[in-house]
Amino acid sequence: MSKKYDAGVKEYRDTYWTPEYVPLDTDLLACFKCTGQEGVPREEVAAAVAAESSTGTWSTVWSELLTDLEFYKGRCYRIEDVPGDPEAFYAFIAYPLDLFEEGSITNVLTSLVGNVFGFKALRHLRLEDIRFPIAFIKTCGGPPNGIVVERDRLNKYGRPLLGCTIKPKLGLSGKNYGRVVYECLRGGLDLTKDDENINSQPFQRWRERFEFVAEAVKLAQQETGEVKGHYLNCTANTPEELYERAEFAKELDMPIIMHDYITGGFTANTGLANWCRKNGMLLHIHRAMHAVIDRHPKHGIHFRVLAKCLRLSGGDQLHTGTVVGKLEGDRQTTLGYIDNLRESFVPEDRSRGNFFDQDWGSMPGVFAVASGGIHVWHMPALLAIFGDDSCLQFGGGTHGHPWGSAAGAAANRVALEACVKARNAGREIEKESRDILMEAAKHSPELAIALETWKEIKFEFDTVDKLDVQG
Amino acid sequence: MRRLFSPQTSTNLVLLRVISFTFRLIMPFQSTVGDYQTVATLETFGFLPPMTQEEIYDQIAYIIAQGWSPVIEHVHPSGSMQTYWSYWKLPFFGEKDLNLVVSELEACHRAYPDHHVRIIGYDAYTQSQGTAFVVFQGR
Repeated sequence: MSKKYDAGVKEYRDTYWTPEYVPLDTDLLACFKCTGQEGVPREEVAAAVAAESSTGTWSTVWSELLTDLEFYKGRCYRIEDVPGDPEAFYAFIAYPLDLFEEGSITNVLTSLVGNVFGFKALRHLRLEDIRFPIAFIKTCGGPPNGIVVERDRLNKYGRPLLGCTIKPKLGLSGKNYGRVVYECLRGGLDLTKDDENINSQPFQRWRERFEFVAEAVKLAQQETGEVKGHYLNCTANTPEELYERAEFAKELDMPIIMHDYITGGFTANTGLANWCRKNGMLLHIHRAMHAVIDRHPKHGIHFRVLAKCLRLSGGDQLHTGTVVGKLEGDRQTTLGYIDNLRESFVPEDRSRGNFFDQDWGSMPGVFAVASGGIHVWHMPALLAIFGDDSCLQFGGGTHGHPWGSAAGAAANRVALEACVKARNAGREIEKESRDILMEAAKHSPELAIALETWKEIKFEFDTVDKLDVQG
Repeated sequence: MRRLFSPQTSTNLVLLRVISFTFRLIMPFQSTVGDYQTVATLETFGFLPPMTQEEIYDQIAYIIAQGWSPVIEHVHPSGSMQTYWSYWKLPFFGEKDLNLVVSELEACHRAYPDHHVRIIGYDAYTQSQGTAFVVFQGR
């Protein structure tokens, strides 16, 4: 079925708007929120997005006829109104599997959120969701260990993991830093964390930090009889440095390392995840820079996409916001993407912002990490929202305790266990939060003081990025 | 209700914890900095005071209600950090009878009075432990 070459410029919709198309199980599906320039028809905008993110360019070219473009092109197959927003609309686009390199998140994003985002016919464009076909998922490594293996290694069952970031985040020497780690862990935390911007600065080179932290972890483990760990941040300027740091963490017999997957990049992240899988190392993932990309409601990439991409690229824990703390995040939306981190099948549910059914097959799950401006009073809500397969991290809420970090850690541990115990016994922990915490404080002066210290602290600001629902 | 649990094994460890709890309770703590002493604990619920019989019942009922299988394990305290503790009999697959689980816990404790005894809610779907906590502390 040969076609004749007809030079010139065609409308995108002639080729890339195909409302009759029924997506295949193997197609990669994407939902974009599009805001076009005035006067450009929706179909043309949507088709342009499909074209520019797959096979098309602005002009017809002779070399298209050397291949079967019908097989390779992306297609916009549906357009929907955005509730409560007259100028934007959703465009659903199907991409054939063969447009993407196996196992490469880098490649998927280069296509889907590449040049198209700067396209002049668009005022704004936001990638809301991706449905990864199971055929693609099977080519990705995914979490190096996953929730089940991480629990087995850390010997933590029936409750969220409890952690905190070491503060002040910058400026401590290695030895002082290790002291704070030791205080937190002996006080009852399971894990402590390097802040994301701790890499290898003049005041504390990475090797010095790793050595002192390793000593602190081992000592706390010995004294408490519980398994402890610290996320050693391996994020570095070059891949070579990244691996050197990871190797040293392994040499020190540490159970977990850390990477910043957006500033570090997906290629580095996938490589490190593969290294972790080979070397039996857990991988904690931070998400610095995400809010630059995901916070604007009309432009960028929604965090649910970045979360799905991380699960495929590889990580055992990922920061997801807290809903209740100092950082942005609405409850339903958060539940929508933490499902996509942890479950093996997540159904389409617009009330949670999930635009597609997502089958994860046998891909292991990722712990949801809640961190940022949370303290003991938040504990019941955090447990209710995040459930057991989460890691709750209190930074200021640990070190800010009047008796110091060890007592702060103990206060959080008591509060957490009291909430878990109450939930298991059938109590409504959010409604009865005050009673549960006050009862627990009777047996823990550390908790009593923590409750007193943070009783008035709230972060009640309106969410900037809300779900699109009719107001 | 039938008295199923002997009082928590009065070991040095438990005694120490009780004394330290009491001591910390009577200390005037509001205006001074307290001295936080490291405690040896046994993972989940290790930071709560020993549970009453009723409270332990509630937790076992939760395990059963989740559809998990009760598993009882024990170990000499010197081996508490081992991955594998000894099974008491076999996992009680599909067991729904709370009283039976409780009497097995007691029987295990009678047979190994020096050992830690823990109960696990085993989830065969995830091949993981839905929960696990120590019911009797050994010496």
